[in-house]
Amino acid sequence: MELILPFLIGILFSASLYLILHRHFFKLILGLILFGLATNLFLFVIGRLTRGGSAIIGPEEKVATEPFADPVPQALLLTAIVIGFGIQAFAIVLIKRVYQSFGTNDLDDMNTTDQIEEKH
Amino acid sequence: MNHLLIVLPMLIPLYGAILSLFSWRYVRAQQIIGILAQACMLIASFMLLFDVNEHGIRTTQIGSWPAPFGITLVADLFSSMMVITSAITGMAIYLFSIKGLDKARQSFGYYPVLMILQLGVSGACLTGDLFNLFVWFEVLLICCFVLIALGGTKPQLEGAIKYVTINFLATGFLLTGIGVVYGILGSLNLAELAVLVRTPVSHPALITMAGMFFLIAFGIKAAIFPLFFWLPASYHTPPIAISAFIAGMLTKVGMYAFIRLFTLVFVTDQELTIPLLTVLAGFTMVLGVFGAASQNDFRKILSFHIVSQIGYMLMGLALYTPLAIAGSIYFILHNILVKTNLFLISGVVAHRHGTFALKKLGGIYLQQPFLSVLFFISAFSLAGIPPFSGFWGKFMLAKAGFEIDSFVIVLVSLAVSLITIFSMTKIWNEVFWKNKPESDPLLNVMTEREKHNNRLLHLPVAFLAVFILFIGLYAEPVVAMAQLAAEQLLNSELYINAVLKR
Repeated sequence: MELILPFLIGILFSASLYLILHRHFFKLILGLILFGLATNLFLFVIGRLTRGGSAIIGPEEKVATEPFADPVPQALLLTAIVIGFGIQAFAIVLIKRVYQSFGTNDLDDMNTTDQIEEKH
Repeated sequence: MNHLLIVLPMLIPLYGAILSLFSWRYVRAQQIIGILAQACMLIASFMLLFDVNEHGIRTTQIGSWPAPFGITLVADLFSSMMVITSAITGMAIYLFSIKGLDKARQSFGYYPVLMILQLGVSGACLTGDLFNLFVWFEVLLICCFVLIALGGTKPQLEGAIKYVTINFLATGFLLTGIGVVYGILGSLNLAELAVLVRTPVSHPALITMAGMFFLIAFGIKAAIFPLFFWLPASYHTPPIAISAFIAGMLTKVGMYAFIRLFTLVFVTDQELTIPLLTVLAGFTMVLGVFGAASQNDFRKILSFHIVSQIGYMLMGLALYTPLAIAGSIYFILHNILVKTNLFLISGVVAHRHGTFALKKLGGIYLQQPFLSVLFFISAFSLAGIPPFSGFWGKFMLAKAGFEIDSFVIVLVSLAVSLITIFSMTKIWNEVFWKNKPESDPLLNVMTEREKHNNRLLHLPVAFLAVFILFIGLYAEPVVAMAQLAAEQLLNSELYINAVLKR
C-alpha cells in the first residue's frame, strides 16, 4: 500500500501538468482539479500513514496511546481541500465566463494581453 | 494592549469588510467605512511599529496555546514595516477609488474584497507559522482573483485566467514544500523550525529540496526570473485603482515571505542557494528592464518594471550581509510606495485622456504641471537618482555588494538603473513633454464636474508622494530601522527566543 501511493501521486502530478499544458479549457479545469488532488494526497502520505489509531486521549490517560495518527497533517489537509475547492469553483466559473465572452475554447486565442501594440 | 496591537492590523480590515458587506447596497456608506478603517489601520500600524521599535520582537499566541502548538503571531521590525506600508498604500487606494473607479464595480463588492485583501497581507506578514502563511496567502490570492476579474471585461478575464492558473500551481508547490518540511522536521512553527534546522538532522538534503519548493512557490508569487511571465500579462488589465494596489503590494508580500524563510529556516545549504539566488536576481533585473524598454503602454512599462525591481530585492537576499538585507528591506518599502504612485499617476492621466497608449498621449506638462511634478518625483525615485528614495536602497545594495567583492551583480544592477532611467524618460517625453497628437477635439472637452473629479484624484498621488519624499530626504531613521530589522532577521536567536520564550 505505501509503495503504491507515491506512484499514484507521481502519476496524478504528471497527468495534471500534461492536461494544464493543453490548449482546451475543459482540460485545463481537469488539470487543475487533478493537481489539487495530487498535492492533497502528497500531504496526506508525507504525514506518515497510521491505520486505526486516532489521536484521542482516553479518560484515564494523560497522552494518546501509541501508535496514533498525527492530526496535524489531517488538519492541514482539510484546510487545503477546502481552499482548493474554493479556487477550483472560482476557476470553473471564470472559464465559463471566458468561454461566453470570447466564444472560443482554445487557450491559444488568448494572447492579446501579452502583445505590445494593442489591437483596435 | 501589546497583544491587541499585533492583532489590530488584521481585525480592523476584517471588521471593516464585515461592516461593508452589511451595507452592500449603500456605496456611500461603504466608502465612509473604508476610509475610517484605513485611518484606524494607519494609526494602529504606526503604534505597532513604535512599540516593536522600542521593545523588540513582539509575539502573541491566539487562544493561549503555548508556542510550538498554537497559532503564533509575531511582529518584528520587518513585518511591522510591511504592515505600515500596506496601510499607507491602502489609504491612497481608497482615496483614489472613490472618484477613480466606476460606480458599477464599486457597488459589486469592491470595498469589502479590497479590505479582505489587506487582511491577507497583514496576516501573511505577521504570522509565525508556516501553515498560516499558506492560508493568508490563499486569502489574499482569492481576493486578487476576484479583483482582477471584477467587471468582467475581455482583457480582465484573459488576465485573470492566466493569473489564476499560475497561482494555483504556485499554491500546489507551496503546499508540497510545507508537507516535506513537516515530514522531515515534524513542526510548522517557524521558530521551532529554525531551532530544528540548526541542530544536526538526518536528511539535510531534503530540507534543501523543501527550500527549492518554496523558492518556486514564492518565486511565482514574487515574479522572479524565469517565473514572471504571468505578471505583465495580467497586472495591467483591471482598472487602475485595483491594479495599483495589486502591483504595489502583492509581489512584495511574496518577497517578504522569501526573505523571512531564507533567513530563518532554509539557511543550511547556502553554498547552493546563494549563487542560485544571485543568478536569478541578475536575470530578473535585466529581463524585466528590457521587457519594459520594448513596451508602448504606460501600464505595461510599469508592470515590467515591477519584475526588474524584484531583482534588486532578491539581490539583497543573495548578497546575505546585514547591510544587503537592510538594503532589500528599504527597497521593498520604497518600491511599494513608488510603484503604487506611478500606477495611480497613470490612472489620473487616463482618467483625463481616456488612454494608456504612449502614442496617443502628450502635453500633460502644459495642462497638469502639478501631476508632472509628482510623476517626476516618483519616476526619479524609481530610477534611483539622489536624493530620492530609490537611491538609498540601491546605494546600500551596491555598497554591500562591493564589500563582499560581488562585482558582477553590482555592475548589472547599476546598468539596469541606467535603463530604468531610459524607460522613465521615455514616459516623460511621450506623455508629459511632447505635444498632444491631433485627435478628436470633442474628447478633450471636460465638464466642470469631471475637472473637479480629476483634481480630487491628485490627492492620493500627493499623499503617497509625501511619504516617498519623506523616506528619501529624511532617510536616516528609515535606513537605521531597516538595519535593525536586518539584524533581527539575521540573528535568528532573537526571533526564536521571542516566540518560544526561552
